[in-house]
Amino acid sequence: MGSLTISQLEQKANVIRQDIIRMLQEAGSGHSAGPLGLADIFAALYFDILNIRPEEPEWTERDVFFLSNGHTVPVQYAAMAEAGFFDKTELSTLRKLGSRLQGHPEREKLPGIESTSGPLGSGLSQASGYAYTLQYLDKNPHRFVYVVMGDGELNEGNIWEAAMFAGKNKLGQLIAFIDRNNIQIDGTTEDVMPLEDLRGKWESFGWHVLEIDGHNIESIIDAASQARAITNRPTVIISHTIPGKGVDFMEYNYKWHGMPPNAEQAKEALEDLRTLGGKITHEGAA
Amino acid sequence: MYPLRDDIYSNDVPEEPTRAGFGRGLLAAGEENEAVVALCADLTESTQMHLFKEKFPERFVEIGVAEQNLVTVASGMARAGKIPFTSSYAAFSPGRNWEQIRTTATLNNQPVKIVGSHAGVSVGPDGATHQMLEDIALMRVLPNMVVVAPGDSVEAEKATRAIAKNGQPSYLRLAREKTPIFSTEDAPFELGKAYVLKEGTDVSLLGTGTLSYQLLLAAKYLEQRGINAEVVHVPTIKPLDEETILASARKTGRVVTAEEAQMAGGFGGVVTEFLSATLPMPIKRIGMADRFGESGAPNELLDYFGLTGEKMAEEIFRFTEEMPRYHQN
Repeated sequence: MGSLTISQLEQKANVIRQDIIRMLQEAGSGHSAGPLGLADIFAALYFDILNIRPEEPEWTERDVFFLSNGHTVPVQYAAMAEAGFFDKTELSTLRKLGSRLQGHPEREKLPGIESTSGPLGSGLSQASGYAYTLQYLDKNPHRFVYVVMGDGELNEGNIWEAAMFAGKNKLGQLIAFIDRNNIQIDGTTEDVMPLEDLRGKWESFGWHVLEIDGHNIESIIDAASQARAITNRPTVIISHTIPGKGVDFMEYNYKWHGMPPNAEQAKEALEDLRTLGGKITHEGAA
Repeated sequence: MYPLRDDIYSNDVPEEPTRAGFGRGLLAAGEENEAVVALCADLTESTQMHLFKEKFPERFVEIGVAEQNLVTVASGMARAGKIPFTSSYAAFSPGRNWEQIRTTATLNNQPVKIVGSHAGVSVGPDGATHQMLEDIALMRVLPNMVVVAPGDSVEAEKATRAIAKNGQPSYLRLAREKTPIFSTEDAPFELGKAYVLKEGTDVSLLGTGTLSYQLLLAAKYLEQRGINAEVVHVPTIKPLDEETILASARKTGRVVTAEEAQMAGGFGGVVTEFLSATLPMPIKRIGMADRFGESGAPNELLDYFGLTGEKMAEEIFRFTEEMPRYHQN
């Protein structure tokens, strides 16, 4: 696993957030809130949790990561570029014709993307199929399968089909993160289609449930270690996050779910991120 | 010549459902390659996966009545290096889980095999809900997807083994009811190939799935009325064997398509699209004409919807009377 300190990982998350803002502004379309909210989880995944080789994406002993809510992929692209899967200059091609960085991730376009996603609800099933293969067919206990899902995504029936399947088969190598940011396109999750009691739901499906602050990198890493140690059940980590985290005018505002910043807003957002919301007064801190 | 069985016109021609051939083919594919795994949605015996399950219990995965999960779990297993065969009734898979197939099998380009049993009106008494007619249309429009409708159980076995090796997402269309076996063990089967079952000069009868046998019967009836029909069996709907179809169409100047499915978007759609762009000519499509099926005995239903050899012969005869041939220069 990674050798970075928590404070170095926090800096990675900040860099990822800045890259997200630049990418989205350049692209002129895309989702802002979700990717920003996930930056800490992705910093933890790509720089500590996942056993991967950026220079060898198909390394046969790698951990596998599925992004189920594909619209948040800018955070994955930013993390992958920072980790060395590809050159950072390519980030500016996001959503443009001929780019490997499609608006929603495509496996065949970009090495390191494990599956094509976008339409919600099918990532957990794919991760379950992979984890089932490792546990029962290949009998390889050394690899783990991670998946990130949105909370609005949990409206999809396909998710609960997968939850039943993974629970039944006690997929101990399967570790799911739920980005519990409480928003979806039409409003708050509890208004659109209530998810609570979310912990109780997963527990009743046979899952080990952890609940963490999704912006606390130490908690994220600890939760993943705990999850790996639980071998007789799949684990879901309900990660409480703030949509738009790190950019003051985007935080908690569901209007930023599907919108990119314009040039002026991007400038303000980057300023926010560089100064950690005004806590640091000089430029270039991160 | 294609090696047809000798007894295809006799009353003793052996019959078997195409799904039985799939069951044997899957077992054989499993023996040939240990990466082959099978996933079922609570219909293991109906879809004939039980042979595989008995031989390779550790490579069989019960998904329960959850067709969306069926193909998406399979997609994940394919990413992990397996060759997953998924089965259910065609009405449910690919009927219910089309988007999951589109995104996680075809756009994602993973070799997930979708096996849709109980396709067509010959499902019988279960009625329209279970008589899948739109599956060909749904599957053939997906890039990367291979679509196969075997003509009999012997061919279904070969088709199953073939799609286990093609490395692509593939759809295999199967029938519930017993149908006559017209091919032999020695008969060729290659994905993407069509086969001339009977040569003729007056009209090309292109069939897919089990209706190719009915076209052989139709050709027999037509012979009595002075029409020398050519019968071409097209088990692979995608990719289409354009060369064989074009050669036959050029020779006869008139084309008929037959399928136990909606002809809009189905096999009739495929052939019409192809020929209208390459060699426009009169085409008669036989199949389900923008309507659902209903309950009844399988043979009654085939007759009711005009899909028996005898009924089709009538239609085809009228077509040859009314339509001029396409004349080549």
